[in-house]
Amino acid sequence: MKKYLLKGNEAIAEAAVRAGCRLFFGYPITPSTEIIEYMAKHLPAVNGTFVQAESEVSAINMCFGAAGAGVRVMTASSSPGISLMQEGLSYIAANELPVVVVNIVRAGPGLGGLGPSQADYFQATKGGGHGDYRLIVLAPSTVQELVNLTQDAFDLADLYRNPVMIMADGILGQMMEPVVFQERETRQLPAKDWATTGAEGRPRNTITSYSLQNEIGEANCLRWEAKYRSIAAAEQRWEQYMTDDAAYLMVAYGTTARIAKAAVQMARKEGIKVGLLRPITLWPFPVDGFKSLQGQIKGYLSVELSAGQMIEDVRLATNCSAPVHLCNRQGGMVPAPEEVLERFKEVFPAAAAAV
Amino acid sequence: MKEVFKRTGALTDAPFHYCPGCTHGIIHRLVAENLEELNLLGKAIGVTPVGCAGFCQQYFNIDMQGAAHGRAPAVATGIKRALPDRFVFTYQGDGDLASIGIAEVMHAAARGENITTIFVNNAIYGMTGGQMAPTTLPGQKTSTSPFGREPSVAGYPLDMPKIIAQIQGAAYVASVSVDSPKNVLQAKKAIRQAFEYQLAGRGFTFVSVLSTCPTNWGMSPVKALEWLRENMMKNYTLGVLKDAAAQ
Amino acid sequence: MAKGTVEVDKLRCKGCSICVEVCPQKVLNLSKEPNPKGYYYARQADPDNCTGCAMCALMCPDVAIRIWRQASGN
Ligand SMILES: Cc1ncc(C[n+]2csc(CCOP(=O)(O)OP(=O)(O)O)c2C)c(N)n1
Ligand code: SF4
Repeated sequence: MKKYLLKGNEAIAEAAVRAGCRLFFGYPITPSTEIIEYMAKHLPAVNGTFVQAESEVSAINMCFGAAGAGVRVMTASSSPGISLMQEGLSYIAANELPVVVVNIVRAGPGLGGLGPSQADYFQATKGGGHGDYRLIVLAPSTVQELVNLTQDAFDLADLYRNPVMIMADGILGQMMEPVVFQERETRQLPAKDWATTGAEGRPRNTITSYSLQNEIGEANCLRWEAKYRSIAAAEQRWEQYMTDDAAYLMVAYGTTARIAKAAVQMARKEGIKVGLLRPITLWPFPVDGFKSLQGQIKGYLSVELSAGQMIEDVRLATNCSAPVHLCNRQGGMVPAPEEVLERFKEVFPAAAAAV
Repeated sequence: MKEVFKRTGALTDAPFHYCPGCTHGIIHRLVAENLEELNLLGKAIGVTPVGCAGFCQQYFNIDMQGAAHGRAPAVATGIKRALPDRFVFTYQGDGDLASIGIAEVMHAAARGENITTIFVNNAIYGMTGGQMAPTTLPGQKTSTSPFGREPSVAGYPLDMPKIIAQIQGAAYVASVSVDSPKNVLQAKKAIRQAFEYQLAGRGFTFVSVLSTCPTNWGMSPVKALEWLRENMMKNYTLGVLKDAAAQ
Repeated sequence: MAKGTVEVDKLRCKGCSICVEVCPQKVLNLSKEPNPKGYYYARQADPDNCTGCAMCALMCPDVAIRIWRQASGN
């Protein structure tokens, strides 16, 4: 199979084109801009359309319109732009439209910095905009995974009629790694008979989330809740690394998962029985992965580029059955594997002593 | 006897929820009749605003999407780019379009987006109960300009069709009123022209319709029409402000 | 004999009375009894004067009016 050496951002864009994305609306922001540049350059060749929107507010609403018209559509941005998209995402979730959104997260809050960050975890996994809704959030940690999960994202969006977010950061976006574009088995996806395409030959379709009747409002909420529950049951994804005999667990996704993996390898050389659980879906959070290990784990270390956000989900997933500690850097800074291991030994001195 | 006026099939049977005498209803009819006469019911997709017209998905016998407040031109852009051979229009109030959504409409015009925007200017926020709009006239009392709009504090009204007409991507811009039978006929013609231009692929088309809000103006429907004539029609530019084909 | 006939859908009518005012022949007035929604609806008071000009229908915000006119040449 042909291998391509691609930058993470380009890999996302190419994967989207190959997944049948034919419309892209975006607004430039570092460190995500290569995605919109790639789309501007490559969509015309496949009869697709790229529009540079006047803002992220407009970009996400253009996605709303296009998704409502039944076409595969994507936008990409970085943290401040994703903040502007929250209104649109809430509407897209409420109207159950399939849209893929890429967030190449940078340090915040405010204009923040361009460095890598995972501080948008709450925003991505807990709703972000108003109302009770969920995005499906995918967190790749290699360029190949950026490709695979981007392609999956379109299927998941269509299957569940739900917005899907791909969360990465500037390190992954700029990283060059060889990738292959595998032939994918086509998933059986529901027909988009709800799309507004002009009512010729069928009853008319309307896409709206507005109702002044509280009874209808509640019925909608219950329907969405049931959908989110079914997604949570069926779509959790995670990777376990050296967990078979692990007495301790590092938990990390995306860029920090690469670092934590290196830290685990170092620890193993010292004989410390630690493994890694890498959430691939941040929502739904892979609670099943934690459940399968719960009996054997004496402590968890959540490795994050934030003040500690995913750590809350780790505590919930493990029911606080063992101590959960945080190893973090912020504001664009990234910990070295040595730093992670040092922190691990600091919070779990017994683990090192047991060797 | 021959039937010379009947309810267009482009409207559903649902009775309008608008207040008695609110001219949103007249404008709905004009849009609907043009859709029917141009044979567009099977290929039209309408985008609705947030405002009193936020429920108008119920009324037009076509596919419709409901946009967030002010975002209709962006949503319509997404639809049109997805389905360039369909007919796409937005229906927006003055708060929706001239305040929170001014960026979206200006840039849809700038792109020459091949859609039509029907802009309903009633100089007030109807849905939320009569607050000042960007189109509220100097001196006009609203619940957030209780002493009358004072330009030194609250600035001046925006004359949207005049602004949009400056934009190169706008192919047709008209400003009409529905205060009298004659002007209603004129308004219908303007909407027709805009729709035909979209069908001919000429670019962005914009029809501003001066409309009443008897409830929040605190007037009878008939008095409101008079106020529209005496005040709004004197403060806002009327007529065909741009016709790219004629130029 | 009137040249025109107006029919007001009394269930749609909200009694705004725009049609009553705009009619040049003063054909319409408002009912004394309300419709089921509580509105005093418009109705023909002086049907003989109707010319079928349709001004009332053009101005009706609820699209509640139908008009018939005698075919020309009759
Ligand atoms: C983001 C947001 N802000 C505020 C509102 C509240 N809101 C609903 S309608 C409206 C104003 C509508 O006025 P206009 O566009 O003039 O339409 P009208 O109701 O007069 O027809 C406002 C401010 C909202 N729905 N969403
Ligand atoms: S509040 Fe004003 S604009 Fe809204 S329906 Fe009533 S009269 Fe019309």
